[in-house]
Amino acid sequence: MTAPATKQQKPVAVAADHGGREAARARARALTSLISRNGAVAVLILVVVLGALIVPSFGKPDNLRNVALAASFIGIIAAGMTFVIICGGIDLSVGSTYALATIISAMYAPRGSFIAVLYAMLAAGLVGLVQGLIIARWRLPAFIVTLAGLTGVRGLVYYITNEGNDHPKIEGRLAFEALGTGSLATIGTPVWIMLLVFAIGWWALNRTPFGQSVQAVGGNQDAAELMGLPVKRTQTIVYVVSGLCAGLSGILTTALSGGGQEARIGDAYELSAIAAVVIGGTLLSGGVGSMVGTLAGVLLLFVIQNLIVQGANLNSYVQQVVSGGFLLVVVILQAVLSRRTGTSET
Amino acid sequence: MTTLAANFRDRTAVAAWTREHGVYVALVLLIVYNAIATPNFVTVDTVQLLFSQVPPVIIVALGIGTGGVDLSVGSIMAIASAVLAKFVVGGTPIGVAMLAAVAAGLLVGVFNGLVVAFARVQPIVATLGVLVAGRGIALVITGGALVELFVPFFKTIRLGKFIGVPYVMIVAALLAVAVAFLVRRTAFGYRLLAIGGNRRASVLAGLPVRRTLIVVYAISGTLAAVAGVIATARLRASDPSYIGLLMELSAITAVVVGGTSLNGGRVRILGTVTGAILLQLLESTLVSHNAPDSVARMVEAVIIIAAVYVQRPARSSR
Repeated sequence: MTAPATKQQKPVAVAADHGGREAARARARALTSLISRNGAVAVLILVVVLGALIVPSFGKPDNLRNVALAASFIGIIAAGMTFVIICGGIDLSVGSTYALATIISAMYAPRGSFIAVLYAMLAAGLVGLVQGLIIARWRLPAFIVTLAGLTGVRGLVYYITNEGNDHPKIEGRLAFEALGTGSLATIGTPVWIMLLVFAIGWWALNRTPFGQSVQAVGGNQDAAELMGLPVKRTQTIVYVVSGLCAGLSGILTTALSGGGQEARIGDAYELSAIAAVVIGGTLLSGGVGSMVGTLAGVLLLFVIQNLIVQGANLNSYVQQVVSGGFLLVVVILQAVLSRRTGTSET
Repeated sequence: MTTLAANFRDRTAVAAWTREHGVYVALVLLIVYNAIATPNFVTVDTVQLLFSQVPPVIIVALGIGTGGVDLSVGSIMAIASAVLAKFVVGGTPIGVAMLAAVAAGLLVGVFNGLVVAFARVQPIVATLGVLVAGRGIALVITGGALVELFVPFFKTIRLGKFIGVPYVMIVAALLAVAVAFLVRRTAFGYRLLAIGGNRRASVLAGLPVRRTLIVVYAISGTLAAVAGVIATARLRASDPSYIGLLMELSAITAVVVGGTSLNGGRVRILGTVTGAILLQLLESTLVSHNAPDSVARMVEAVIIIAAVYVQRPARSSR
C-alpha cells in the first residue's frame, strides 16, 4: 500500500522536488485520490439532478426532505463507522448497538428525558469500549470481535425486552422527543443532527491529533507504534465513537417514533453503514478515507432507493437487486480506477 | 532455576496445545456436561438429530474455511433454493433440478471470484454486494413467495440413514474429506495457503493467483448451493426470504471457533467440522435446559471471543 502519498494534504507539492516523472505520477495519484474521495459527491449530484429531471415526484421538496430524514439514522452510524474503517478496523455490531439504544431510551423514558438519553448513550458507549479494549489490548481481529458483539448485543436486546415480547413506548410527551420530531427550516432535526455529527467528525478526523493518529494507525500500525503514537488508545476510542454514534441514532429513532420498536430493529444496518462508507471512497484496508465521502455515500444509497420506488415502481426485492448491483458497480469502478494510477496494491 | 524454566516451558507448551486443540477440548467438555446434566442425552436419537441439523453449517463453513470471508453464502443458498423450486415446479426431474441449483451456486461463486481476482475488490465488500443483491435475485426467481415442494426424494434427504447415520451427515463428511484432500494433497491447496499467507509474494513467485481465487470462490459458492438444496429439502419448500438467512455469520463463527485464521494461510478442516458441531450442540444444550434464545446468543458471543483469544498468536506482534 502506498497510502502516504494520498494521505498528505498536497501530494503534488511534496513530490515536485523529485523531477518531472515523479511529479506527474504524484499528480495522477492526487487525481485518483480526488476521484475516490469526491467521486461519491459527483455521482450524488449527477443522480439527484438526473433523477429530478426524469422522475418529477422525486424532485419535490417534500420527497427530498423525507429521503434526507430516512438517511440520517444510517448516516450517523456510518459517520462512526468511517473512523473505525479508516483506523483499519470494522464494526459489525452497530446494528445491535443501535437496537440496544432504541430500546433502552424508550424503556427509561418514564424516568425523564435526561436519564433515558444518558442510559442509552452509556450502554452504547460501553459496548464500543468493551469491543475496543478487546481488539486493542488482546489484538484480536476486529471482524470476529464485533461479530461476537453483533450476536451478543442482539441477545441482550432480546433479554431486556422479554425475548422480544415487550415493545417499550413513551407515554405522554417528553422533551427529548423533539430531537426526532422537531424541525428547523422545514428540515427534520435528525437531518441537522446528522450534519452536525459529520461536521464534528470531519473536524476530528482532519484537524485534531486524534484524527492524525486514526489515519496513521490505519495506514500502518507498526509504523504508527514506532512513531510513538497512542495506537491502543486510538483503536479503543474509534469503537467507542462508533458505539456512541449508533447509540445516538437509536435515541433519535425512539424520539421520532415514540418507541414501540421491535427487538429486531436495526438488523443488517451494519451492512448499509459499511456500504455507505465504502461507496464514499474510504478503503477497507484502512488509512485513507473521507467524512464528506461517507455523507455522500449514505445519501446516494437512499436517493437510489427512493428513485427506484418513485420512478420504476419496483417491488422490494428488485430494489434489493438494484442496490446490491449498484454497490458492486461502485466498488469495482473504484478498485479499477485506483489501480490504474497505482494508488492501491494487492 | 531449572524448575522455573521447565515450568515456563510447560506453560507455553500448554498454551500452544490449547491453541491447537481448544475446539476439541470444548466439544468433549460440552458432551461430558450434557451426559451428566441433560436427561436422555446419551441416546442414538440425540446424535442423529444433531447430525441431521448440522450438515448445512458444516458444508458452508468448509467453503468459507478455504476461501476466507464470503458474506454471500446465505444468499447463494437462497438462490440455489429458488432455482431448485423453479425447475421442480417446471416438471424437471429432481436430479437435474438439483444439479441446476448447484450450478447456479457455482456461477455466483465464479462471479465473486472474478470481482475479487480481476477488479481486486476486497472480498468483504464484493461478497457484501452479492449478499444484498443475491437474496433479491432469489426472490425475483420465485416471485417473492414461498414455494411448497412435494418431492419424494426430499424425504430421503431429510430422513434417510445409512447404518444409523443420516445421509446428509455422510454427504457433509465426504465433502469435508474432499476439501481436506484438495487443501492438503494438491498443488492447488499449496497455492491456496501461499496466497492466503501473502498475496503479493504469491504474485511475485509467479503463482496463478487469479485462477486460484476464482476456483476458491467457485468452491465456496458450490458448497453453499449444496447446503441450500439440503435446507430446502428439510423445509419441504423454497422460501428465499428465509433460507440461508444469517448463514454467513454461523459459518464464519464455526470456522473461527475451529481454529482457521480468517486472514488466510491456515486451514483446519477437522477443526471447522468440530466447530460447527460444537455450536449446534451448544444451541441444543441451551434449548434443552430451557435457556431463552437471548441467553443463547450472549453465550455464543462469549464462546467466539474465547475461541479467538485462546488461538491468538503466541507472540503478540500483529
